[in-house]
Amino acid sequence: MSKKAFRPDVDAPKWKGGYSPYDIIKEGTIALVVILVLTVIFAVVFGSPDEKAITVRTWSNADPIDFATTALSELNGTSTSAAYGAPYNNVPGTGQAMGPLKLEQWVGVRIPINAAQDFVISPLKSLPDQPILDQNLKTWSTASTTTQNSWLSSYGKAATKMKVAKGQIVVNTTSAGPLPIMINDLTQMARSGALDQALVTGHGFYTTDYTKPLLFLADSGYLANLASNQHLTGDQWGMMNETGSYPGQAWLWLYTFWYQIAPFNTSASGDALVFATMGVLSLVLLFVPFIPGLRSIPRKLKIYRLIWREHYQDNK
Amino acid sequence: MSTSEIDRQWTTRLRRRVEGKLPPEKLLPDTQPTYVSSWIYVFGIATLSSLGVVIGTGCILALRGPQWWHGSAYGHFINSMHLWSVEIFFFAMVVHLWGKFAMAAWRGGRALTWMTGVVTFLVSIGAGFTGYVSQSNFDSQWISTQAKDGINATGAGAYFNVLNLGQMLMWHIVLLPLGAIVLTGMHVLMVRIKGVVPPFEEGAEVAE
Repeated sequence: MSKKAFRPDVDAPKWKGGYSPYDIIKEGTIALVVILVLTVIFAVVFGSPDEKAITVRTWSNADPIDFATTALSELNGTSTSAAYGAPYNNVPGTGQAMGPLKLEQWVGVRIPINAAQDFVISPLKSLPDQPILDQNLKTWSTASTTTQNSWLSSYGKAATKMKVAKGQIVVNTTSAGPLPIMINDLTQMARSGALDQALVTGHGFYTTDYTKPLLFLADSGYLANLASNQHLTGDQWGMMNETGSYPGQAWLWLYTFWYQIAPFNTSASGDALVFATMGVLSLVLLFVPFIPGLRSIPRKLKIYRLIWREHYQDNK
Repeated sequence: MSTSEIDRQWTTRLRRRVEGKLPPEKLLPDTQPTYVSSWIYVFGIATLSSLGVVIGTGCILALRGPQWWHGSAYGHFINSMHLWSVEIFFFAMVVHLWGKFAMAAWRGGRALTWMTGVVTFLVSIGAGFTGYVSQSNFDSQWISTQAKDGINATGAGAYFNVLNLGQMLMWHIVLLPLGAIVLTGMHVLMVRIKGVVPPFEEGAEVAE
């Protein structure tokens, strides 16, 4: 019977050398105490970040014009959420792809979001005792799509010179139908804090789902500006950072790295490409023991001679 | 009851299998091969210990609920410990991983040990990420609204909704820690069963 050849990157030699005393329980206890002490020292010296969450109320009070123009973008379908596609809504031509794999489109709409209804119309309808607003909402809902688009276009053009006067949103147009009332009332609702509640109570009294308010906030310029000031945007390696001078998710450095270079930061399917690349790299790392060539790298690099230097010195 | 009947019992067979694979002297050894003498070995036990601190501090945070730490100095301190133990955990785990790569620690029938380690690393990244989006502060608002695009691009976002605080919190405190703990347990048992990989036998090198 022939003996199987020894493969140095797959097989390990049988240890025929000596053994030394080893107290595994003592080692584990010492390690736990050291890590605990280190953790306490870091926690005392550096603490942890806790920048207060922003609300629709804080956003609309800090920058009412940004809020009002974002609300307009939800109505005319130009906001990120309104034009997103799956899994939020059906928008032809949207969705990223990994080559022929159009996973986003194939999965379809699973978390339905109608930006105009969910972020503007429904919250306005929830306001009690507002006869003028109710009349304007009725005018909006009974108008044809062509008429609505005409109003949106007129409002959009005038909105470039939007002002806030005595707390009211002022847009100089007479051909935008009910939109000036609707946008102004939504802004007042947001500034009072009522819109925050209206957006999260879509599922009833109890909820832990903040999908709608987060999508609405993400459509604003306000959130992005705050993040940029904190060095959190994608081109600032923001995926791995957090507010303040904290290490954040440093272990995501390779994932974040791809977003800094082409074609990942130029492709319309950049996110899909990054995930596909990281998926392949993770599989390579997982199956290193079975990949000829890759599994030989440690033996050729010889870093192991540093790790086991005492062993090799003793066996010279 | 005959001896042969006892021998055929599932319980007896499982016990004998465990005893054969993992006798007490392997599970709790009092000696180790002399080549296990390097600082790199510290990072394995450091990873385990920091995982213990991560879970311990997470349990304290769970006692008073997810909003407690925002309004309590003691809660904030525990959150800080939770954060820093996570940072130490990942640092130790990455050094451990590359140390094991340098040793080609998969040799000698240890491929599954390597693979459980890599999967534990990936599951831990998921656990860390869901923690960041469950903080209910500005960081979680920004990170979740940015991360949704990447996860949606894979199709997974339709089921794993990073904007749903309740879903993320449950993944963070139940599913992913459970996965990390089970995988870590398997990984450690495999190390105890197979032992620490011996050094390369220089002179026995054969090109593949």
